[in-house]
Amino acid sequence: MDILINGIGLVLNIETLLVIFLASLFGIFVGAVPGLTATMAVALLVPLTFYMDTIPAIAAIVTTSAMAIFAGDIPGTYLNIPGTPASAAYVGESYALAKKGRAREALGINLVCSVFGGIFGTIILIVVAQSLAEVALQFSAFEYFWLAVLGLSCSIFISVGSRIKAFLSLLFGVLLSTVGLDMMSGAPRFTFGVPDLMAGINFIPVMIGMFALNELISYYGSRSEKKNIGIDDSDSVFRQVPNHLKRYWRNMVRGSSIGTLIGALPGAGADIAAWISYGVGKGRSKEKEKYGTGNVEGIVDASSANNSGISGAWVPALVFGIPGDSITAIVIGVLYMKGMNPGPTIFMDSTGMIYALFLVFIVANLMMLPVGYAAIRLSKLFILTPSRILMPAILCFCIVGAFAINNSVVDIWLMLIVGLVAYLLAVNDFPMAPAILGLVLGKVVENNFMSAMLRTGGDLTSFFARPISAGLGVAVILLWCSPLLLRAYRRYRANRAAIAP
Amino acid sequence: MTTPNRPFSVLIASSLAVAMAAASGSALADYPERPLTLIVPWAAGGGTDATARTIARALEEQLGQNVNVVNRTGGSGVVGHTTMINARPDGYTIGLATGEVNMMHWQGLTNLTFEDFTPIAQINYDFPGIQVAADSPYDTLEALLEAIRTEPKGTFTASGTGQGGVWHLAFAGFLMDQGIDADQVTWIPSEGAAPAMTELVSGGIDIVPSSVPEARSMIEAGRVKSFAVMSPERIPSFPDIPTTQELIGSNYQVGEWRGIAGPKGMDPDIVATLEAALEAAYQSDTYQEFMQQQGFGTEWRDAEAFGQLMQEMDGVFGDIVEQVGLAN
Repeated sequence: MDILINGIGLVLNIETLLVIFLASLFGIFVGAVPGLTATMAVALLVPLTFYMDTIPAIAAIVTTSAMAIFAGDIPGTYLNIPGTPASAAYVGESYALAKKGRAREALGINLVCSVFGGIFGTIILIVVAQSLAEVALQFSAFEYFWLAVLGLSCSIFISVGSRIKAFLSLLFGVLLSTVGLDMMSGAPRFTFGVPDLMAGINFIPVMIGMFALNELISYYGSRSEKKNIGIDDSDSVFRQVPNHLKRYWRNMVRGSSIGTLIGALPGAGADIAAWISYGVGKGRSKEKEKYGTGNVEGIVDASSANNSGISGAWVPALVFGIPGDSITAIVIGVLYMKGMNPGPTIFMDSTGMIYALFLVFIVANLMMLPVGYAAIRLSKLFILTPSRILMPAILCFCIVGAFAINNSVVDIWLMLIVGLVAYLLAVNDFPMAPAILGLVLGKVVENNFMSAMLRTGGDLTSFFARPISAGLGVAVILLWCSPLLLRAYRRYRANRAAIAP
Repeated sequence: MTTPNRPFSVLIASSLAVAMAAASGSALADYPERPLTLIVPWAAGGGTDATARTIARALEEQLGQNVNVVNRTGGSGVVGHTTMINARPDGYTIGLATGEVNMMHWQGLTNLTFEDFTPIAQINYDFPGIQVAADSPYDTLEALLEAIRTEPKGTFTASGTGQGGVWHLAFAGFLMDQGIDADQVTWIPSEGAAPAMTELVSGGIDIVPSSVPEARSMIEAGRVKSFAVMSPERIPSFPDIPTTQELIGSNYQVGEWRGIAGPKGMDPDIVATLEAALEAAYQSDTYQEFMQQQGFGTEWRDAEAFGQLMQEMDGVFGDIVEQVGLAN
């Protein structure tokens, strides 16, 4: 009991609470600016955490990342530009709602789902961290291969419009993912002697190019250069929330569970959690056709998943010192530096540190409600600012963001080229989402496949030799066959109906 | 036509030279008069990054200027090291070079070699350990080595870095030292020690020859056991792990060095200033306590000795790369 009180004391003091408050403002800002990501925000915090005590340092990171992931939805809703990659899965959904004059309603439900997801993930972290980490540790290359294939397949199934175009877009992303030093053979591919390309194509500049720059080009490309964003946001932030929650609470719980689990898997973070949850949600929805047209259900699915993914990623980080995503990869370094070594011993520590850490998560996520509400009200800025000022400002941040992730000028060029290509693709109705997912997951599929083949001497049946791997494999193959099976079933029913009368 | 101009151009040239000498002279006297940049070729949050940030903080106290850490990651270290050697050799951009400098060029990944750097000081040296899963059927290093020797080629798999990375080469060298073919154990490339650790625990691979601190949390969790470390002495923070010399009398000790270096052609006075500041930073409590806590090996070499080490290790890794069949 003393430990618990100690822990509470570590959090509920002026210093820590002030840090949480300031970090939430910082997180909102970084998340809401297209081009700047949550990972980048946390990386920027690292030098500052040197000068803080352990708990404020962790509080700063937790708060910033959670806020940034939520705030990424703000420009997504108003401008159709996701603020962070984790919002990319459902940016079309919230933008469509905003065009109907329901911007604040979309952000309100977004905010509540984010808070719920974050706290849900934290509770899982507190209650079952150790057993969940056990599950995550059963995953080897075979399981990761199937999981990545599942993610790629989902990107086709959730896309709106032509599946062939979605597939081609996916292949474009996979092609980009092959650039760089091949981890397996150690050979450089498509680098043209440019050392920067050895590192491969970073998906942040690509995402900025695809969503933000593409949007800017089409804005300037359209004849009717509007003076302002044509979005009305006079609706109420929270009024519709209870109704939506009543209808979609299952989606929220499911999204949070998927998010926590995906977040807990090493190497898959909030962005992939949002994609998969959105895909699963669409697959199980009674109103599939509404997805992509401004559907609250899809927002609930994905926005609860990305915030719970942030919390879930801490599970393997705390229990085994293995990062669940790119943010916790940085966190682990900070934890070590603060002498709070990740590992099972962290739960036996007698100074109440671990309780303080859990409490930080809860406080940070609750803080999201007022700060997030203020941010939503302030987003009127996007509308009040004339486009001829807003658009160039966004371009500036795009360039800064593309440069800052790796301090590389090559990434700026990459962002510009990809933006142009994306514009051409978008004009011809190719969806962007599969290309992004192809870039993110292409390497995962390839490396895990090669790794599995190397160690089994090329035995393809090994993908079905482990129980979890076999289960995932069967699920993927069923998903692939589902359109065929559905068509066969419909024909069968139509035949019967024709015979019956 | 050109003749009348010549004295004039000579005058301009010489006055420029004088001006530049004066400028650089004053710059030298005041060095450093603005913040320094320290390039790290590995990702934020990893072991090298943490080492860099700690030495940067200790160095700030010595120089009275900020030392900003900039991560330039990717391409197995090629990107960051290339940035280092392409920087202006004015002493304001330095980097934390790592042992990969001695490996990459042998594999044809880059043209840069240790000769493109101005060595300033070595601050760390880590040796590989031999880690297996806690439920591995082998209980001792001897039993494991015997099994590797007798079982067919490819029965055992190991991981911990990319193809031709430090732990791959160090382990291959160890096998050869034991009279075993380097390809008797299949190397499964990975993005680093952390993902290899999960593979080890999930049963996907058999051995991870990373440094012991990289296996620390898994060892403490009781999921991984470390048979031995290939260092001259036991690591102070892991006193229970014997050295390979104690166990099997092997004198093979090849590991990963990390040190501060700049681009070729730095002013000797600036190098001397940095070297002295680094020595004080290296001795500082900030740095020593951090390294002690992490279990990272501390090893000091001044500019000259560091240059010699780079040269010596270049030959060692050249041989290993050749014998493993990765030379290009």
